[in-house]
Amino acid sequence: MAVELDVFVGNTTIMDEEVYQLWLDGYTVNDAVKVRMEGGVLDECEASADVLLSDTMDQYRTFQMCERLLHSPAKLANQLLFQIPPHRQTVLIERYYAFDDAFVREVLGKKLSKGTKKDLDDISAKTGVTLKSCRRQFDNFKRVFKVVEELKGPLVENIRQHFLLSDKLARDYAAIVFFTNNRFETGKRKLQYLTFQDFAFCAGQLINNWTVGAVDNMVEDMDVDLDKEFLQELKELKILITDKDLLDQHKSLVCTALRGKTKAFNEMEANFKNLSRGLVNIAAKLTNTKDVRDFFIDLVEKFIEPCRSDRWTAADMKLYLTHYTNSAHILDTFKHQVVWDRYMGVIKSCIFKMYHD
Amino acid sequence: MPGKLKAKIVAGRHLPVMDRASDLTDAFVEVKFGNTTFKTDVCHKSLNPQWNSEWFKFEVDDEDLQDEPLQITVLDHDTYSANDAIGKVYIDIDPLLCTEAASVISGWFPIYDTIHGIRGEINVLVKVELFNDLNRFRQSSCGVKFFCTTSIPRCYRAAMVHGFVEELVVNEDPEYQWIDRIRTPRASNEARQRLISLMSGELQRKIGLKVLEMGGNAVVGYLQCFDLEGESGLVVRAIGTACTLDKVSSGSAPNTNTHVHPNTAPASNACNSPSKDGKESPLAHGCRSTHNSPVHSVCSSQRLSQNFSVSVPTLIFTGMGSGGSAGKEAGPLKTLLRQHTQTALEQREFPFFTLTSFPPGFLVHVGGVVSARSVKLLDRIHNPALGNTRSYKLLDWNSVTADEPETRDAWWEEIRQEIKSHAKALGCHAVVGYSESTSICEEVCILSASGTAAILNPRYMREGCLDIGSTDHRFEDPSPPSCGFCHIPYDELNMPFPAQLTYCYHCRRQKVPDVLFTTIDLPSEAAVTGKGCLIQARLCRLKKKAQGEVNATAISNLLPFMEYELHTQLMNKLKLRNMNALFGLHIQISVGENMLLGLASATGVYLTALPAPGGIQIAGKTPGDLSNEHHILTIQKRINDTIAKNKELYQINPPELTEEGLGSPIPEPRQRSRLFRSHSESSDELSELDLSHGKKDAFVLEIDDTDAVEDIHSLLTDAPPPTGFYSCNTEIMPGIYNWTSGIQMFTSVRVFRLSNANLTNQGLNKIFTDLCENLLKSFYFKLRSMIPCCLCHLNFTVAVPEEELIQVAVTAVAMTFDKDQAQEKPAEKPINKGSSENEEQLQFPLELCADVSSANTQPSSKVSGTVSLLTPAAKLCQNQLVMIHLPGVPESTNVSSRAASVDYGSFADRCSTWLELLRLKAHTIRRGSVKTSRRTQSLAHSVSSLERCSPLPEGRSRSLRSSRSFGGSSVTVVKMTPLSFLPGIRIIKYLGIINMFFIRETTSLREEGGVSGFLHSFIAEVFAMVRAHVAALGGNAVVSYSMKECVLMENPNKNQAQCLINVSGDAVICVRETDQEPTASMTNIGQTCCSANDGAT
Repeated sequence: MAVELDVFVGNTTIMDEEVYQLWLDGYTVNDAVKVRMEGGVLDECEASADVLLSDTMDQYRTFQMCERLLHSPAKLANQLLFQIPPHRQTVLIERYYAFDDAFVREVLGKKLSKGTKKDLDDISAKTGVTLKSCRRQFDNFKRVFKVVEELKGPLVENIRQHFLLSDKLARDYAAIVFFTNNRFETGKRKLQYLTFQDFAFCAGQLINNWTVGAVDNMVEDMDVDLDKEFLQELKELKILITDKDLLDQHKSLVCTALRGKTKAFNEMEANFKNLSRGLVNIAAKLTNTKDVRDFFIDLVEKFIEPCRSDRWTAADMKLYLTHYTNSAHILDTFKHQVVWDRYMGVIKSCIFKMYHD
Repeated sequence: MPGKLKAKIVAGRHLPVMDRASDLTDAFVEVKFGNTTFKTDVCHKSLNPQWNSEWFKFEVDDEDLQDEPLQITVLDHDTYSANDAIGKVYIDIDPLLCTEAASVISGWFPIYDTIHGIRGEINVLVKVELFNDLNRFRQSSCGVKFFCTTSIPRCYRAAMVHGFVEELVVNEDPEYQWIDRIRTPRASNEARQRLISLMSGELQRKIGLKVLEMGGNAVVGYLQCFDLEGESGLVVRAIGTACTLDKVSSGSAPNTNTHVHPNTAPASNACNSPSKDGKESPLAHGCRSTHNSPVHSVCSSQRLSQNFSVSVPTLIFTGMGSGGSAGKEAGPLKTLLRQHTQTALEQREFPFFTLTSFPPGFLVHVGGVVSARSVKLLDRIHNPALGNTRSYKLLDWNSVTADEPETRDAWWEEIRQEIKSHAKALGCHAVVGYSESTSICEEVCILSASGTAAILNPRYMREGCLDIGSTDHRFEDPSPPSCGFCHIPYDELNMPFPAQLTYCYHCRRQKVPDVLFTTIDLPSEAAVTGKGCLIQARLCRLKKKAQGEVNATAISNLLPFMEYELHTQLMNKLKLRNMNALFGLHIQISVGENMLLGLASATGVYLTALPAPGGIQIAGKTPGDLSNEHHILTIQKRINDTIAKNKELYQINPPELTEEGLGSPIPEPRQRSRLFRSHSESSDELSELDLSHGKKDAFVLEIDDTDAVEDIHSLLTDAPPPTGFYSCNTEIMPGIYNWTSGIQMFTSVRVFRLSNANLTNQGLNKIFTDLCENLLKSFYFKLRSMIPCCLCHLNFTVAVPEEELIQVAVTAVAMTFDKDQAQEKPAEKPINKGSSENEEQLQFPLELCADVSSANTQPSSKVSGTVSLLTPAAKLCQNQLVMIHLPGVPESTNVSSRAASVDYGSFADRCSTWLELLRLKAHTIRRGSVKTSRRTQSLAHSVSSLERCSPLPEGRSRSLRSSRSFGGSSVTVVKMTPLSFLPGIRIIKYLGIINMFFIRETTSLREEGGVSGFLHSFIAEVFAMVRAHVAALGGNAVVSYSMKECVLMENPNKNQAQCLINVSGDAVICVRETDQEPTASMTNIGQTCCSANDGAT
């Protein structure tokens, strides 16, 4: 004796947001029922476990049928199969494309290949995100990546238009796409302390300042690649460390400005050359894709770690970088002010963001 | 040669990938109508092709236009192999044939494939140019409007109700033809879909012809059904109520023009079915045992004096009595009334009405439910010579015509005759809320028909409805609208069964029964105490597997027992809820190979006019047994507690005090005090009055065996809906008046597999009851976010698709309401059903189109004679004349003429007694009608002048735009509801009937998520296709939606399943109540002319 078939179809598609989340989180029907029972839905409505099971199954089926449409969200608005109010469509899409920070941290910058997909079970075990959910998130990244990779125009805008996502989520996806495209290394132990939001912020900075689209919106090019010309020009900055006079002059300018304003002044003064070399070297090497990948690890190793070991406070860091950047303008022999600003502007905000425990 | 059909294929989108190599599709389209086919160019390598084709033109007979669908096939071009079909769209162009309905079909249609489901969408434009053809002998009936709605559609008024129309067509089922062995499932499904589409078209055309013949212009309450008889063929049959409808401009108030009705063919021609004599022969094909003369098995007090040798036909009725018990004054009037109606109605073969709700005053008295069933053996009739020529022509492969329609006609004719005689036995001349259904298992077929015996108001002229019966002075009326329909229609001394009669608790003047069962909706003007609720009786009966006549006999022997038990259950559950009337009663009996399922659903209410129901008393068979006695006491206590709880739950507090205030003319103090006492105490004391006999029978349950214990348990297991929920199977919930606009229509299907274990009837009953209860619980849970809400029009359909399966399908709508005001009935408005109703408060004259000659010979010929002989020009005066002659007819509140009736209200207020009113009435009416008609005239003028500035097409495009912008998304939001209205929303135009039939099949059941996944997506697809068709017609809602058929066959071992679904409804354009749509564009010209005509007189 068993219910062989049990369906419920509404003219307006009925979707419970709680169940949707459980589905997205990769719960099996039975687990979802358990969670819901613990959540106390039953008490509110005098229902039995059977009712809950039936409802959960129905909703899971609906979501599965919707999933195909969610893969190209624009279709959801003009498909005829499900009648879903617009505000609910937005919720469906937004939730479907939402991801776990823990998961994204694991795949950020990795190639979205079959190989990575095979490792998802390890990631699942490590992060506690169910495999099903991992797959969904992975596929979402891949799908978004594939669509916008070849598109012209601003990255965030492209993502928002094609996937009808909120601005925040579109920015996050832009970061993911950007990281994936440039294969930034994020998985090293030294980078573990950084959250996805740290990286997303940095990505935003890079996209807005270092890509072709950043300089000229009219250029019909992509936001996903760094501006090659700019990277070439960065080599010119080397003069700041290769020219002994310039280096000394720079140091003295910075030190004058900093003196008496921070407790870490001595460490700053002592480390100035090292730190400056570190930053300028990073800039000079960015023409190599390999070094682009190591951008963040370099920042940490060459700059953040030394500062941290000297116990700079965030304020110290801010102070130092501000003066370090501004002082370069006063150097009369230094001609690459524009490139310097473009470079340091990003470096500054990235380091501010990344300088925490 | 009267029509040109034009179609244009614009574009496609979301097409499936047909070429794996390129991940694209080379799509082209074939457009076919009749035998003509056009093709578009191939649009290479695109999933979103733009064809932008030329206009494909088909020059065709209007007969074909009505029968045939436009068939659009999307294919993938293949250079080397055969082109692959992507899918099809069938477009029913019937709505374009009505000038008032849609003028163009334009929109995105889902491309449907019977194997793959929806595969992308196609944008199509369709237009029809019709040439006028006045040929009297024409075969088409273009222009006749069809409505599934079982009341007079909003924005129309009934100028005339002609009566019952029926028709059926039969054909061989393509699924069972030899060719099916060699063709693909897809081809077979498509042949079937196309055939049914053709048959529906043909059926509709034939019914339309009958309507034209009767002088009508519309069919209301159109109910079309399929009987899939398997080997013996396919029957498509339909019934409906022919009417002459006039368009009412929405929002316009008084509208007193009388429709000028040409006195056409007598109604007795309505049913062309052959005479009964000629029908005796086909009985050989049926099961003989079912043809014994029917017995009016009476079970009003649970004592079914059933002659069991006789088969099926069973008559359930409750509540009857005499009209003679009325006061002296009412007597002669009533006689006149009855004579009058009868003369007209009795000339009809079947005075049946498929309508379930009526304008106030139309329904005079209700007798009770009448039903008849008959078991037949399906037998292929080998008669190739005289087939249905039409289908022969349509289906050239059909070398042998299937079953003759006459056999089926004869079967239904028998049943209808029975219903008619049952109604007569109840003292009624008409049957309302009439419906027919079948249940087929292998070669056995149960035909069922049921309805409510009633006496209808013979009034033809609407002017009469103006004055009396408005809320303020309903007590002056001989039969106040709030209780009149409950008054017994038959002679008290001549009752066909024992019943308990009391004086009406509302007006205290006429007799009412203790309980009333009906198949109709609760009349909107009825006085109700508290709220109603869904009441279901469920029953399973095992039967032995058998073949042929043995099987049929076994079934027909079981049926009366089932009906009896269902009735008992209903009665007990009604008492348990402390209610006294059932509305919308629908009893379905479904046959399977080894069992019969019975499901009776109804909405219980407490009618203020009827006496309070007695409690339920439990009695043990073996007194003296102490433990037993104790047991009985506990049960009795539980029952009493439940009754008390229900009383509270449904807010049933009979209005004892309020009634005192309203001075009803008759009741002497002694009687009243006693009545009140009976309210406050156990109502059993009522028996002192005149209902001592039979009382005991009705309420005592004896526990003498396990069966009875089981029964009582099942009685008590019905859980009430959770707080905030109400449910009913009628259109709206009695006692809830302030609906808000939230609605959610849904369809739910459950199939339960029984274990192989030996099941007892009790076990089965329990399973079946649980199945239904759990379904309801599921709904409550799913829709919990809508609280406070009411599930309306809960329509359960049960089936036994296979030996061990029970299938229950439910379609209903959940509607939200405003909790704060839920209790009170708006004082000023007697009509509360959806706020949109006021507009079309109508005149609902019953057509009494008896021959002029015969009418003249009647004693009351003064009335009918004048009617038929007067010319249209003199019509208005003559209407008044009629009214003067029929002063005692209970009249309804006419809200549409609110403005006009104000005069009456104040006038009538001054009349202290109804007698005085009666004397003055003639005068009043004359004054009133003249006044109102003048008003209309000016209104009509303004309307017509408006109309000149905004011609119809423009009006349509405007409404199109407004409906398209609805919701803001690129897809029109289409609301669907099984009700005839949408709360808070005004229907401004009916676009035509939606009647669609789909087959879906799969050979990869597991991959589609099992049967549940398969059916879930299929139902969603059906909804999508209905919505797309409605949107293409320019509509934004479907009302009176129903799923008539849902046949699911599965074979999980083979990974296969097939499902057939038939849905129908009325496509409409509606606007929110608050939005003022220009009404002029919606007014029809005919009406304006009519009003002008009246003005001229």
